[in-house]
Amino acid sequence: MAHDLPISNESAKAWHPATTESRTARFVLIATALAFLGLFLLLPLIAVFVEAFRKGPEAYLAAFAEPDALAAIRLTLLVAAIAVPLNIVFGVVAAWAIAKFEFKGKAFLTTLIDLPFSVSPVISGLVYVLLFSSQSFLGPWLKSHGIEVLFAVPGIVLATVFVTFPFVARELIPLMQDQGTTDEEAALSLGANGWQTFWHVTLPNIKWGLLYGVLLCNARAMGEFGAVSVVSGHIRGLTNTMPLHVEILYNEYNFVAAFAVASLLALLALVTLVLKTLLELRYGAELRAAGGH
Amino acid sequence: MTPFRFKRPSIIPGFGMTLGFTLAYLALIVLIPLAGLVWRSAALGWEGFFNVAIDPRTVNAMKISFGTSFIAALVNVVFGVIVAWVLVRYRFPGRRIIDAIVDLPFALPTAVAGIALTALYAKNGWIGKWLEPLGIKVAFTPLGIVIALIFIGLPFVVRTVQPVMEEIRKEVEEAAATLGATRFQTITRVLLPGLQPAILTGFALAFARAVGEYGSVIFIAGNLPYVSEIAPLLIVIRLEEFDYAGATAIATIMLSISFLMLLVINLIQAWSRRRYGYGT
Repeated sequence: MAHDLPISNESAKAWHPATTESRTARFVLIATALAFLGLFLLLPLIAVFVEAFRKGPEAYLAAFAEPDALAAIRLTLLVAAIAVPLNIVFGVVAAWAIAKFEFKGKAFLTTLIDLPFSVSPVISGLVYVLLFSSQSFLGPWLKSHGIEVLFAVPGIVLATVFVTFPFVARELIPLMQDQGTTDEEAALSLGANGWQTFWHVTLPNIKWGLLYGVLLCNARAMGEFGAVSVVSGHIRGLTNTMPLHVEILYNEYNFVAAFAVASLLALLALVTLVLKTLLELRYGAELRAAGGH
Repeated sequence: MTPFRFKRPSIIPGFGMTLGFTLAYLALIVLIPLAGLVWRSAALGWEGFFNVAIDPRTVNAMKISFGTSFIAALVNVVFGVIVAWVLVRYRFPGRRIIDAIVDLPFALPTAVAGIALTALYAKNGWIGKWLEPLGIKVAFTPLGIVIALIFIGLPFVVRTVQPVMEEIRKEVEEAAATLGATRFQTITRVLLPGLQPAILTGFALAFARAVGEYGSVIFIAGNLPYVSEIAPLLIVIRLEEFDYAGATAIATIMLSISFLMLLVINLIQAWSRRRYGYGT
Protein backbone atom coordinates (compact mmCIF):
# COMPACT_ATOMS: atom_id res chain seq x y z
CA MET A 1 0.00 0.00 0.00
CA ALA A 2 2.77 2.43 0.98
CA HIS A 3 4.28 2.02 -2.49
CA ASP A 4 1.36 3.96 -3.86
CA LEU A 5 2.60 7.15 -2.26
CA PRO A 6 3.67 8.91 -5.46
CA ILE A 7 0.10 9.01 -6.61
CA SER A 8 -0.50 8.69 -10.29
CA ASN A 9 -3.81 9.84 -11.69
CA GLU A 10 -5.10 6.33 -12.00
CA SER A 11 -4.31 5.17 -8.48
CA ALA A 12 -5.63 8.44 -7.02
CA LYS A 13 -9.01 7.52 -8.33
CA ALA A 14 -8.97 4.05 -6.84
CA TRP A 15 -7.45 5.08 -3.52
CA HIS A 16 -9.67 5.54 -0.49
CA PRO A 17 -8.98 5.66 3.25
CA ALA A 18 -8.80 2.26 4.90
CA THR A 19 -11.82 3.10 7.06
CA THR A 20 -14.28 3.71 4.25
CA GLU A 21 -15.50 1.63 1.36
CA SER A 22 -14.56 2.13 -2.25
CA ARG A 23 -16.47 4.71 -4.21
CA THR A 24 -18.44 2.02 -6.03
CA ALA A 25 -19.42 0.24 -2.83
CA ARG A 26 -20.53 3.53 -1.30
CA PHE A 27 -22.61 4.35 -4.33
CA VAL A 28 -24.27 0.93 -4.36
CA LEU A 29 -25.08 1.10 -0.63
CA ILE A 30 -26.53 4.60 -0.83
CA ALA A 31 -28.55 3.66 -3.91
CA THR A 32 -29.87 0.51 -2.20
CA ALA A 33 -30.89 2.43 0.93
CA LEU A 34 -32.57 5.20 -1.06
CA ALA A 35 -34.38 2.75 -3.35
CA PHE A 36 -35.64 0.73 -0.37
CA LEU A 37 -36.84 3.79 1.55
CA GLY A 38 -38.36 5.28 -1.58
CA LEU A 39 -40.24 2.11 -2.43
CA PHE A 40 -41.41 1.18 1.06
CA LEU A 41 -41.84 4.51 2.86
CA LEU A 42 -42.03 7.41 0.44
CA LEU A 43 -44.20 5.87 -2.26
CA PRO A 44 -47.09 5.00 0.12
CA LEU A 45 -47.00 8.55 1.47
CA ILE A 46 -47.17 10.01 -2.04
CA ALA A 47 -49.92 7.57 -2.96
CA VAL A 48 -52.15 8.94 -0.17
CA PHE A 49 -52.11 12.44 -1.64
CA VAL A 50 -52.31 11.38 -5.29
CA GLU A 51 -55.29 9.11 -4.61
CA ALA A 52 -56.98 11.84 -2.57
CA PHE A 53 -56.78 14.31 -5.47
CA ARG A 54 -57.54 11.73 -8.16
CA LYS A 55 -60.90 13.34 -8.99
CA GLY A 56 -59.78 16.93 -8.51
CA PRO A 57 -59.81 19.36 -5.61
CA GLU A 58 -63.62 19.61 -5.52
CA ALA A 59 -64.09 15.92 -4.86
CA TYR A 60 -61.32 16.20 -2.26
CA LEU A 61 -63.03 19.04 -0.42
CA ALA A 62 -66.44 17.39 -0.74
CA ALA A 63 -65.15 14.62 1.54
CA PHE A 64 -64.92 17.14 4.37
CA ALA A 65 -68.39 18.55 3.82
CA GLU A 66 -69.85 15.25 5.03
CA PRO A 67 -71.28 15.56 8.56
CA ASP A 68 -69.87 12.11 9.41
CA ALA A 69 -66.37 13.20 8.40
CA LEU A 70 -66.66 16.35 10.51
CA ALA A 71 -67.96 14.31 13.44
CA ALA A 72 -64.98 11.95 13.07
CA ILE A 73 -62.53 14.87 13.06
CA ARG A 74 -64.21 16.38 16.14
CA LEU A 75 -64.14 13.05 17.99
CA THR A 76 -60.46 12.48 17.16
CA LEU A 77 -59.59 15.95 18.49
CA LEU A 78 -61.70 15.39 21.60
CA VAL A 79 -60.13 12.02 22.37
CA ALA A 80 -56.60 13.39 21.92
CA ALA A 81 -57.51 16.42 24.05
CA ILE A 82 -58.40 14.11 26.95
CA ALA A 83 -55.88 11.28 26.50
CA VAL A 84 -52.75 13.35 25.86
CA PRO A 85 -53.02 15.62 28.97
CA LEU A 86 -53.74 12.57 31.13
CA ASN A 87 -50.56 10.91 29.93
CA ILE A 88 -48.59 14.16 30.27
CA VAL A 89 -49.53 14.37 33.95
CA PHE A 90 -48.75 10.70 34.43
CA GLY A 91 -45.47 10.97 32.51
CA VAL A 92 -44.19 13.92 34.56
CA VAL A 93 -45.28 12.44 37.89
CA ALA A 94 -43.85 8.99 37.10
CA ALA A 95 -40.58 10.49 35.86
CA TRP A 96 -40.30 12.54 39.08
CA ALA A 97 -40.78 9.46 41.24
CA ILE A 98 -38.43 7.26 39.20
CA ALA A 99 -35.70 9.72 38.24
CA LYS A 100 -35.34 11.78 41.41
CA PHE A 101 -35.35 8.97 43.96
CA GLU A 102 -33.55 5.68 44.53
CA PHE A 103 -35.85 2.89 45.62
CA LYS A 104 -36.22 -0.87 45.35
CA GLY A 105 -37.98 -2.25 42.29
CA LYS A 106 -37.36 0.83 40.16
CA ALA A 107 -36.23 -1.11 37.09
CA PHE A 108 -39.29 -3.34 37.33
CA LEU A 109 -41.59 -0.32 37.55
CA THR A 110 -39.96 1.16 34.44
CA THR A 111 -40.53 -2.12 32.58
CA LEU A 112 -44.19 -2.12 33.63
CA ILE A 113 -44.62 1.42 32.28
CA ASP A 114 -43.30 0.24 28.89
CA LEU A 115 -45.67 -2.72 28.88
CA PRO A 116 -48.39 -1.23 26.62
CA PHE A 117 -45.81 -0.97 23.81
CA SER A 118 -45.48 -4.74 23.66
CA VAL A 119 -49.21 -5.43 23.66
CA SER A 120 -50.98 -5.75 20.31
CA PRO A 121 -53.39 -2.83 19.73
CA VAL A 122 -56.22 -5.32 19.28
CA ILE A 123 -55.50 -6.83 22.70
CA SER A 124 -55.34 -3.33 24.21
CA GLY A 125 -58.91 -2.87 23.04
CA LEU A 126 -59.96 -6.37 24.04
CA VAL A 127 -58.96 -5.95 27.70
CA TYR A 128 -61.42 -3.06 28.02
CA VAL A 129 -64.14 -4.99 26.22
CA LEU A 130 -63.70 -7.80 28.75
CA LEU A 131 -63.65 -5.33 31.65
CA PHE A 132 -66.78 -3.41 30.66
CA SER A 133 -68.85 -5.89 28.64
CA SER A 134 -72.32 -6.92 29.81
CA GLN A 135 -70.78 -10.24 30.97
CA SER A 136 -68.34 -8.56 33.35
CA PHE A 137 -68.75 -7.33 36.93
CA LEU A 138 -68.36 -3.67 36.04
CA GLY A 139 -70.38 -3.39 32.84
CA PRO A 140 -73.91 -4.02 34.18
CA TRP A 141 -73.25 -1.93 37.32
CA LEU A 142 -72.09 1.07 35.28
CA LYS A 143 -74.99 0.65 32.91
CA SER A 144 -77.49 0.75 35.77
CA HIS A 145 -75.95 4.09 36.71
CA GLY A 146 -76.36 5.38 33.17
CA ILE A 147 -72.68 5.18 32.22
CA GLU A 148 -71.79 3.62 28.87
CA VAL A 149 -68.11 2.84 28.40
CA LEU A 150 -68.04 0.37 25.51
CA PHE A 151 -69.11 1.54 22.08
CA ALA A 152 -69.00 5.09 23.47
CA VAL A 153 -66.51 7.90 23.94
CA PRO A 154 -65.16 6.78 27.38
CA GLY A 155 -64.10 3.42 25.95
CA ILE A 156 -62.32 5.11 23.04
CA VAL A 157 -60.53 7.46 25.45
CA LEU A 158 -59.47 4.55 27.70
CA ALA A 159 -58.11 2.51 24.78
CA THR A 160 -56.22 5.56 23.51
CA VAL A 161 -54.78 6.27 26.97
CA PHE A 162 -53.60 2.65 27.12
CA VAL A 163 -51.75 2.64 23.79
CA THR A 164 -50.16 6.07 24.36
CA PHE A 165 -49.40 5.37 28.03
CA PRO A 166 -45.56 5.13 27.91
CA PHE A 167 -44.74 7.92 25.43
CA VAL A 168 -44.19 10.89 27.76
CA ALA A 169 -42.81 8.89 30.68
CA ARG A 170 -40.20 7.01 28.65
CA GLU A 171 -38.96 10.28 27.15
CA LEU A 172 -38.70 12.03 30.52
CA ILE A 173 -37.32 9.26 32.76
CA PRO A 174 -33.86 8.95 31.13
CA LEU A 175 -33.67 12.72 30.61
CA MET A 176 -34.38 13.50 34.27
CA GLN A 177 -32.10 10.69 35.47
CA ASP A 178 -29.34 12.23 33.41
CA GLN A 179 -29.91 15.65 34.92
CA GLY A 180 -29.64 14.30 38.46
CA THR A 181 -30.93 16.06 41.54
CA THR A 182 -28.33 18.77 42.18
CA ASP A 183 -30.41 21.60 40.67
CA GLU A 184 -33.41 20.65 42.78
CA GLU A 185 -31.30 20.31 45.92
CA ALA A 186 -29.86 23.77 45.35
CA ALA A 187 -33.33 25.26 44.90
CA LEU A 188 -34.63 23.54 48.04
CA SER A 189 -31.65 24.63 50.13
CA LEU A 190 -32.28 28.22 48.99
CA GLY A 191 -35.75 28.00 50.47
CA ALA A 192 -37.97 27.06 47.53
CA ASN A 193 -40.80 24.68 48.32
CA GLY A 194 -41.39 21.48 46.33
CA TRP A 195 -43.86 22.98 43.89
CA GLN A 196 -41.66 26.04 43.21
CA THR A 197 -38.70 23.74 42.65
CA PHE A 198 -40.61 21.72 40.09
CA TRP A 199 -42.12 24.73 38.35
CA HIS A 200 -39.04 26.98 38.19
CA VAL A 201 -36.17 24.49 38.12
CA THR A 202 -37.20 21.06 36.86
CA LEU A 203 -39.79 22.02 34.26
CA PRO A 204 -37.51 24.46 32.35
CA ASN A 205 -34.87 21.72 32.28
CA ILE A 206 -37.16 19.12 30.76
CA LYS A 207 -39.42 21.25 28.54
CA TRP A 208 -37.97 20.10 25.20
CA GLY A 209 -37.96 16.46 26.17
CA LEU A 210 -41.53 16.88 27.37
CA LEU A 211 -42.55 18.50 24.08
CA TYR A 212 -40.89 15.65 22.19
CA GLY A 213 -42.82 13.07 24.16
CA VAL A 214 -46.10 14.98 23.77
CA LEU A 215 -45.58 15.18 20.01
CA LEU A 216 -45.19 11.40 19.65
CA CYS A 217 -48.00 10.74 22.13
CA ASN A 218 -50.36 13.00 20.20
CA ALA A 219 -49.53 11.47 16.81
CA ARG A 220 -50.30 8.00 18.13
CA ALA A 221 -53.43 9.18 19.98
CA MET A 222 -54.92 10.70 16.83
CA GLY A 223 -53.88 7.86 14.57
CA GLU A 224 -54.65 4.80 16.72
CA PHE A 225 -56.73 2.28 14.83
CA GLY A 226 -56.68 -1.27 16.23
CA ALA A 227 -57.44 -0.61 19.89
CA VAL A 228 -60.05 2.03 19.15
CA SER A 229 -61.65 -0.13 16.47
CA VAL A 230 -62.29 -2.90 18.99
CA VAL A 231 -64.01 -0.69 21.59
CA SER A 232 -65.78 1.80 19.34
CA GLY A 233 -68.63 -0.22 17.84
CA HIS A 234 -68.27 1.84 14.63
CA ILE A 235 -71.36 4.00 15.10
CA ARG A 236 -71.21 6.59 12.35
CA GLY A 237 -71.22 10.18 13.50
CA LEU A 238 -70.97 9.06 17.13
CA THR A 239 -68.04 6.74 17.84
CA ASN A 240 -66.03 6.97 14.63
CA THR A 241 -62.61 8.53 14.90
CA MET A 242 -60.77 9.63 11.75
CA PRO A 243 -58.86 6.37 11.22
CA LEU A 244 -62.09 4.38 11.66
CA HIS A 245 -63.87 6.70 9.25
CA VAL A 246 -61.13 6.05 6.69
CA GLU A 247 -61.78 2.32 7.03
CA ILE A 248 -65.55 2.70 6.56
CA LEU A 249 -65.19 4.91 3.49
CA TYR A 250 -62.61 2.55 2.03
CA ASN A 251 -64.77 -0.51 2.56
CA GLU A 252 -67.62 1.32 0.82
CA TYR A 253 -65.32 1.81 -2.19
CA ASN A 254 -65.50 5.55 -1.62
CA PHE A 255 -61.76 5.76 -2.29
CA VAL A 256 -61.40 9.50 -2.91
CA ALA A 257 -63.10 10.36 0.37
CA ALA A 258 -61.15 7.66 2.22
CA PHE A 259 -57.84 8.99 0.95
CA ALA A 260 -58.95 12.59 1.55
CA VAL A 261 -59.51 11.91 5.26
CA ALA A 262 -56.34 9.81 5.26
CA SER A 263 -54.42 12.74 3.76
CA LEU A 264 -55.27 14.84 6.83
CA LEU A 265 -53.79 12.12 9.04
CA ALA A 266 -50.76 11.88 6.76
CA LEU A 267 -50.36 15.65 7.06
CA LEU A 268 -50.44 15.28 10.84
CA ALA A 269 -47.69 12.65 10.55
CA LEU A 270 -45.60 14.96 8.37
CA VAL A 271 -46.00 17.90 10.76
CA THR A 272 -45.02 15.59 13.64
CA LEU A 273 -41.91 14.44 11.77
CA VAL A 274 -40.89 18.01 10.88
CA LEU A 275 -41.31 19.26 14.47
CA LYS A 276 -39.54 16.19 15.81
CA THR A 277 -36.60 16.72 13.45
CA LEU A 278 -36.41 20.42 14.34
CA LEU A 279 -36.35 19.53 18.04
CA GLU A 280 -33.60 16.98 17.42
CA LEU A 281 -31.52 19.45 15.42
CA ARG A 282 -31.95 22.32 17.88
CA TYR A 283 -31.87 20.44 21.17
CA GLY A 284 -30.31 17.21 19.96
CA ALA A 285 -27.56 17.14 22.59
CA GLU A 286 -30.06 17.39 25.45
CA LEU A 287 -32.45 14.84 23.96
CA ARG A 288 -29.72 12.43 22.95
CA ALA A 289 -28.28 12.51 26.42
CA ALA A 290 -31.67 11.17 27.40
CA GLY A 291 -32.32 8.72 24.59
CA GLY A 292 -28.87 7.13 24.57
CA HIS A 293 -29.34 4.90 27.59
CA MET B 1 -24.57 -4.78 56.72
CA THR B 2 -26.89 -1.87 56.11
CA PRO B 3 -30.47 -2.40 57.25
CA PHE B 4 -33.07 -2.92 54.51
CA ARG B 5 -34.35 0.36 53.23
CA PHE B 6 -37.03 0.68 50.55
CA LYS B 7 -35.82 4.13 49.56
CA ARG B 8 -32.57 5.99 49.91
CA PRO B 9 -33.08 9.14 52.03
CA SER B 10 -33.38 12.36 50.04
CA ILE B 11 -34.32 15.96 50.73
CA ILE B 12 -36.39 16.15 47.55
CA PRO B 13 -40.10 16.16 48.41
CA GLY B 14 -43.01 14.39 46.81
CA PHE B 15 -41.84 10.78 46.75
CA GLY B 16 -44.91 9.27 48.38
CA MET B 17 -47.35 11.33 46.34
CA THR B 18 -45.72 10.80 42.93
CA LEU B 19 -45.02 7.10 43.44
CA GLY B 20 -48.53 6.57 44.79
CA PHE B 21 -50.09 8.32 41.80
CA THR B 22 -47.84 6.44 39.37
CA LEU B 23 -48.76 3.06 40.84
CA ALA B 24 -52.48 3.88 41.03
CA TYR B 25 -52.64 5.13 37.43
CA LEU B 26 -50.55 2.20 36.18
CA ALA B 27 -52.82 -0.25 37.99
CA LEU B 28 -56.04 1.35 36.74
CA ILE B 29 -55.09 1.78 33.09
CA VAL B 30 -52.72 -1.13 32.45
CA LEU B 31 -52.42 -3.77 35.16
CA ILE B 32 -56.04 -4.35 36.17
CA PRO B 33 -57.31 -4.57 32.56
CA LEU B 34 -54.48 -6.98 31.64
CA ALA B 35 -55.11 -9.00 34.79
CA GLY B 36 -58.77 -9.16 33.74
CA LEU B 37 -57.70 -10.81 30.49
CA VAL B 38 -55.61 -13.41 32.33
CA TRP B 39 -58.47 -13.99 34.80
CA ARG B 40 -60.97 -14.54 31.99
CA SER B 41 -58.55 -16.87 30.29
CA ALA B 42 -58.02 -18.88 33.49
CA ALA B 43 -61.79 -19.18 33.86
CA LEU B 44 -61.86 -21.08 30.55
CA GLY B 45 -60.03 -23.97 32.15
CA TRP B 46 -57.32 -25.99 30.44
CA GLU B 47 -59.75 -27.82 28.22
CA GLY B 48 -61.55 -24.72 27.02
CA PHE B 49 -58.24 -23.05 26.44
CA PHE B 50 -56.77 -25.92 24.45
CA ASN B 51 -59.90 -26.29 22.35
CA VAL B 52 -59.33 -22.78 21.07
CA ALA B 53 -55.57 -23.19 20.85
CA ILE B 54 -55.70 -26.30 18.65
CA ASP B 55 -58.59 -25.08 16.49
CA PRO B 56 -57.18 -25.27 12.93
CA ARG B 57 -58.26 -21.72 12.13
CA THR B 58 -56.41 -20.41 15.21
CA VAL B 59 -53.33 -22.47 14.43
CA ASN B 60 -53.29 -21.22 10.83
CA ALA B 61 -53.73 -17.60 11.89
CA MET B 62 -50.83 -17.97 14.33
CA LYS B 63 -48.66 -19.58 11.67
CA ILE B 64 -49.44 -16.78 9.23
CA SER B 65 -48.85 -14.06 11.83
CA PHE B 66 -45.53 -15.44 13.05
CA GLY B 67 -44.34 -16.56 9.62
CA THR B 68 -44.96 -13.26 7.86
CA SER B 69 -43.59 -11.32 10.85
CA PHE B 70 -40.40 -13.40 10.78
CA ILE B 71 -39.83 -12.83 7.06
CA ALA B 72 -40.58 -9.12 7.34
CA ALA B 73 -38.21 -8.75 10.31
CA LEU B 74 -35.46 -10.55 8.35
CA VAL B 75 -35.90 -8.20 5.38
CA ASN B 76 -35.86 -5.27 7.78
CA VAL B 77 -32.64 -6.44 9.38
CA VAL B 78 -30.86 -6.57 6.02
CA PHE B 79 -32.11 -3.24 4.71
CA GLY B 80 -32.30 -1.59 8.12
CA VAL B 81 -28.60 -2.21 8.71
CA ILE B 82 -27.75 -0.84 5.24
CA VAL B 83 -29.92 2.26 5.85
CA ALA B 84 -28.36 2.81 9.29
CA TRP B 85 -24.85 2.39 7.85
CA VAL B 86 -25.52 4.85 5.03
CA LEU B 87 -27.01 7.39 7.46
CA VAL B 88 -24.16 7.09 9.99
CA ARG B 89 -21.17 6.81 7.65
CA TYR B 90 -21.90 8.74 4.47
CA ARG B 91 -22.58 12.38 3.80
CA PHE B 92 -24.82 13.04 0.82
CA PRO B 93 -27.41 15.68 -0.06
CA GLY B 94 -30.77 15.06 1.61
CA ARG B 95 -29.33 12.85 4.35
CA ARG B 96 -31.18 14.73 7.10
CA ILE B 97 -34.49 14.37 5.29
CA ILE B 98 -33.89 10.66 4.70
CA ASP B 99 -33.04 10.27 8.38
CA ALA B 100 -36.33 11.94 9.34
CA ILE B 101 -38.35 9.85 6.88
CA VAL B 102 -37.18 6.63 8.56
CA ASP B 103 -39.56 7.51 11.42
CA LEU B 104 -42.55 7.84 9.09
CA PRO B 105 -44.02 4.45 10.11
CA PHE B 106 -44.00 5.61 13.75
CA ALA B 107 -45.94 8.76 12.86
CA LEU B 108 -48.27 7.61 10.06
CA PRO B 109 -51.50 6.06 11.35
CA THR B 110 -51.55 2.37 10.50
CA ALA B 111 -54.90 2.54 8.70
CA VAL B 112 -53.48 5.19 6.37
CA ALA B 113 -50.45 3.03 5.65
CA GLY B 114 -52.78 0.10 5.02
CA ILE B 115 -54.94 1.75 2.38
CA ALA B 116 -51.92 3.42 0.74
CA LEU B 117 -50.04 0.11 0.42
CA THR B 118 -53.16 -1.55 -0.93
CA ALA B 119 -53.53 1.20 -3.55
CA LEU B 120 -49.92 0.57 -4.62
CA TYR B 121 -49.99 -3.22 -4.70
CA ALA B 122 -53.53 -3.98 -5.87
CA LYS B 123 -53.89 -5.57 -9.32
CA ASN B 124 -54.38 -2.22 -11.02
CA GLY B 125 -52.20 -0.29 -8.56
CA TRP B 126 -49.00 1.66 -9.24
CA ILE B 127 -46.71 -1.27 -8.48
CA GLY B 128 -49.24 -4.08 -8.72
CA LYS B 129 -49.88 -3.52 -12.42
CA TRP B 130 -46.20 -4.17 -13.18
CA LEU B 131 -46.09 -7.29 -11.04
CA GLU B 132 -49.37 -8.73 -12.33
CA PRO B 133 -48.03 -9.72 -15.80
CA LEU B 134 -45.10 -11.44 -14.04
CA GLY B 135 -47.60 -13.58 -12.17
CA ILE B 136 -46.76 -12.01 -8.80
CA LYS B 137 -49.80 -11.23 -6.68
CA VAL B 138 -49.07 -9.08 -3.64
CA ALA B 139 -52.34 -7.59 -2.42
CA PHE B 140 -54.73 -10.07 -0.79
CA THR B 141 -51.99 -12.69 -0.32
CA PRO B 142 -49.51 -13.39 2.49
CA LEU B 143 -46.93 -11.46 0.45
CA GLY B 144 -49.06 -8.35 0.99
CA ILE B 145 -48.94 -8.94 4.73
CA VAL B 146 -45.14 -9.13 4.55
CA ILE B 147 -45.00 -5.80 2.66
CA ALA B 148 -47.14 -4.08 5.30
CA LEU B 149 -45.04 -5.54 8.12
CA ILE B 150 -41.82 -4.41 6.44
CA PHE B 151 -43.24 -0.88 6.41
CA ILE B 152 -44.18 -1.08 10.10
CA GLY B 153 -40.95 -2.65 11.35
CA LEU B 154 -38.19 -0.81 9.52
CA PRO B 155 -37.65 2.06 12.01
CA PHE B 156 -37.24 -0.40 14.89
CA VAL B 157 -34.14 -1.91 13.27
CA VAL B 158 -32.67 1.39 12.04
CA ARG B 159 -33.21 3.22 15.33
CA THR B 160 -31.74 0.37 17.38
CA VAL B 161 -28.65 -0.17 15.23
CA GLN B 162 -27.91 3.47 14.34
CA PRO B 163 -26.82 4.75 17.81
CA VAL B 164 -24.56 1.72 18.34
CA MET B 165 -22.94 2.27 14.93
CA GLU B 166 -22.27 5.87 15.91
CA GLU B 167 -20.37 4.62 18.96
CA ILE B 168 -17.94 2.49 16.92
CA ARG B 169 -14.50 3.99 17.28
CA LYS B 170 -12.51 4.60 14.10
CA GLU B 171 -9.39 3.22 15.85
CA VAL B 172 -10.81 -0.29 15.74
CA GLU B 173 -11.16 -0.15 11.99
CA GLU B 174 -7.75 1.46 11.57
CA ALA B 175 -6.21 -1.30 13.66
CA ALA B 176 -7.88 -3.94 11.50
CA ALA B 177 -6.68 -2.22 8.34
CA THR B 178 -3.07 -1.87 9.54
CA LEU B 179 -3.08 -5.55 10.44
CA GLY B 180 -3.78 -6.25 6.80
CA ALA B 181 -7.53 -6.85 6.77
CA THR B 182 -9.34 -5.90 3.62
CA ARG B 183 -12.29 -3.55 4.03
CA PHE B 184 -14.67 -6.47 3.58
CA GLN B 185 -12.91 -8.45 6.31
CA THR B 186 -12.98 -5.44 8.63
CA ILE B 187 -16.72 -5.13 8.18
CA THR B 188 -17.63 -8.79 8.48
CA ARG B 189 -15.09 -9.83 11.13
CA VAL B 190 -14.69 -6.67 13.22
CA LEU B 191 -17.70 -4.39 12.86
CA LEU B 192 -20.65 -6.73 12.40
CA PRO B 193 -19.91 -8.91 15.47
CA GLY B 194 -19.98 -5.79 17.63
CA LEU B 195 -23.30 -4.79 16.12
CA GLN B 196 -24.80 -8.24 16.64
CA PRO B 197 -26.68 -7.48 19.90
CA ALA B 198 -28.17 -4.30 18.44
CA ILE B 199 -29.18 -6.13 15.27
CA LEU B 200 -30.77 -8.93 17.31
CA THR B 201 -32.63 -6.41 19.46
CA GLY B 202 -33.84 -4.58 16.37
CA PHE B 203 -35.00 -7.86 14.87
CA ALA B 204 -36.86 -8.80 18.05
CA LEU B 205 -38.53 -5.40 18.31
CA ALA B 206 -39.60 -5.40 14.65
CA PHE B 207 -40.83 -8.98 14.98
CA ALA B 208 -42.78 -8.29 18.19
CA ARG B 209 -44.40 -5.23 16.67
CA ALA B 210 -45.26 -7.11 13.47
CA VAL B 211 -46.95 -9.99 15.30
CA GLY B 212 -49.40 -7.61 16.99
CA GLU B 213 -49.93 -5.32 13.99
CA TYR B 214 -53.49 -4.92 12.79
CA GLY B 215 -54.33 -1.65 11.03
CA SER B 216 -51.86 -1.69 8.17
CA VAL B 217 -52.33 -5.40 7.48
CA ILE B 218 -56.08 -5.92 7.27
CA PHE B 219 -56.52 -3.79 4.14
CA ILE B 220 -53.81 -5.46 2.07
CA ALA B 221 -54.21 -9.00 3.43
CA GLY B 222 -57.53 -9.97 1.90
CA ASN B 223 -58.26 -11.76 5.18
CA LEU B 224 -59.00 -15.20 3.76
CA PRO B 225 -59.33 -17.73 6.60
CA TYR B 226 -56.47 -20.29 6.56
CA VAL B 227 -54.61 -18.24 3.89
CA SER B 228 -54.16 -14.61 4.84
CA GLU B 229 -55.95 -14.20 8.14
CA ILE B 230 -53.69 -12.90 10.92
CA ALA B 231 -54.14 -13.68 14.63
CA PRO B 232 -55.13 -10.12 15.72
CA LEU B 233 -57.85 -10.13 13.07
CA LEU B 234 -59.12 -13.48 14.33
CA ILE B 235 -59.46 -11.89 17.79
CA VAL B 236 -61.59 -9.13 16.28
CA ILE B 237 -63.70 -11.66 14.36
CA ARG B 238 -64.29 -13.72 17.53
CA LEU B 239 -65.28 -10.55 19.37
CA GLU B 240 -67.75 -9.60 16.67
CA GLU B 241 -69.27 -13.10 17.04
CA PHE B 242 -69.48 -12.38 20.81
CA ASP B 243 -67.21 -15.41 21.28
CA TYR B 244 -65.36 -13.75 24.17
CA ALA B 245 -63.82 -17.05 25.27
CA GLY B 246 -62.25 -17.60 21.85
CA ALA B 247 -60.96 -14.04 21.63
CA THR B 248 -59.55 -14.23 25.16
CA ALA B 249 -57.72 -17.50 24.55
CA ILE B 250 -56.05 -16.27 21.34
CA ALA B 251 -55.13 -12.99 23.03
CA THR B 252 -53.60 -14.81 25.99
CA ILE B 253 -51.41 -16.95 23.74
CA MET B 254 -50.25 -13.89 21.82
CA LEU B 255 -49.66 -11.92 25.00
CA SER B 256 -47.55 -14.72 26.49
CA ILE B 257 -45.43 -14.82 23.36
CA SER B 258 -44.97 -11.03 23.36
CA PHE B 259 -43.84 -11.11 26.99
CA LEU B 260 -41.43 -13.88 26.13
CA MET B 261 -40.07 -11.66 23.35
CA LEU B 262 -39.73 -8.78 25.81
CA LEU B 263 -37.77 -11.05 28.12
CA VAL B 264 -35.53 -12.17 25.25
CA ILE B 265 -34.87 -8.55 24.29
CA ASN B 266 -33.89 -7.72 27.87
CA LEU B 267 -31.59 -10.75 28.02
CA ILE B 268 -29.91 -9.80 24.73
CA GLN B 269 -29.29 -6.31 26.05
CA ALA B 270 -27.93 -7.51 29.39
CA TRP B 271 -25.66 -9.95 27.53
CA SER B 272 -24.55 -7.21 25.14
CA ARG B 273 -23.68 -4.86 28.00
CA ARG B 274 -21.55 -7.58 29.59
CA ARG B 275 -19.94 -8.72 26.35
CA TYR B 276 -19.36 -5.41 24.58
CA GLY B 277 -19.75 -2.81 27.28
CA TYR B 278 -22.34 -0.84 25.39
CA GLY B 279 -25.85 -1.19 24.09
CA THR B 280 -29.17 0.48 24.33
